[in-house]
Amino acid sequence: MNPILFWFFAFLMLAFGVGVVVNRNPVASALSLVVTFLCLAALYVGLDAYVLAALQVVVYAGAVMVLFLFIIMLLDLRAEVRRKFNKISLIGGAVVAIAFAAQLIGVLGRHPRGDQPFPPLTAIGPGEQLNDLKLVGETLFSSHNLPFQIVGVLILVATIGVIVISKRELK
Amino acid sequence: MTLHLNDYLLVSGLLFAIGFAGVLLRRNIIIIFMCLELMLNAANLSLVAFSRFNVGPNGLPNFNGEVLVFFIITVAAAEVAVGLAIIVALFRSRQTTHVEDINSLKF
Repeated sequence: MNPILFWFFAFLMLAFGVGVVVNRNPVASALSLVVTFLCLAALYVGLDAYVLAALQVVVYAGAVMVLFLFIIMLLDLRAEVRRKFNKISLIGGAVVAIAFAAQLIGVLGRHPRGDQPFPPLTAIGPGEQLNDLKLVGETLFSSHNLPFQIVGVLILVATIGVIVISKRELK
Repeated sequence: MTLHLNDYLLVSGLLFAIGFAGVLLRRNIIIIFMCLELMLNAANLSLVAFSRFNVGPNGLPNFNGEVLVFFIITVAAAEVAVGLAIIVALFRSRQTTHVEDINSLKF
């Protein structure tokens, strides 16, 4: 991936990620989250993961965010009124996040293979694109077949759970 | 100037930190849920970067990482559906999404 494109999408993603946290209006937060997910999909394309980029756009930026916006509008949430700040949570959140980022930079500085560039994909010729839908599908259905079926059951359980929780009277 | 593995890991870690700070700072339960999604996506980004970085002897990326991301996306979608249903049920009984007003389990 072109480094300029990478840093452009990375900064856009982080800026809108901050936007999710600082916006008072939940709808604005949700729309910032959509931009974050789209930038993440662009980063996936840069990593030759075309299937995951498409999935990211369809599942996250499409389905999940529509669900979020639907619930926000269903509950008719307004922008939060300014409450008195909970000092402990404010200081705690800032300290934990900054400590985490500092720790991260420290660890990455000593990561032995971290400063190597990404190796080229020798299986594909110049000008060709990686056919990763086929390759990911083969990996998924051959060596990860059982987890795939378990995830299918999980989605069934989640569907039933949502129906039970959403019923008006819980008994 | 080429991209290194560390660049991706740094961006992914910063996104995780933003999501983490959001979970701790925000008091609206839906925003907290969105920040959880941010953290999941940060983990996905580093998994995809590792997958592309570990090119095997056949000249292809290691697709096990991408399959794991596929599973994370699936589980996250299920989690969002159930979580939002719980939030709606909570809003019906308490008329609020503010976590400081939902304190019956508080010591």
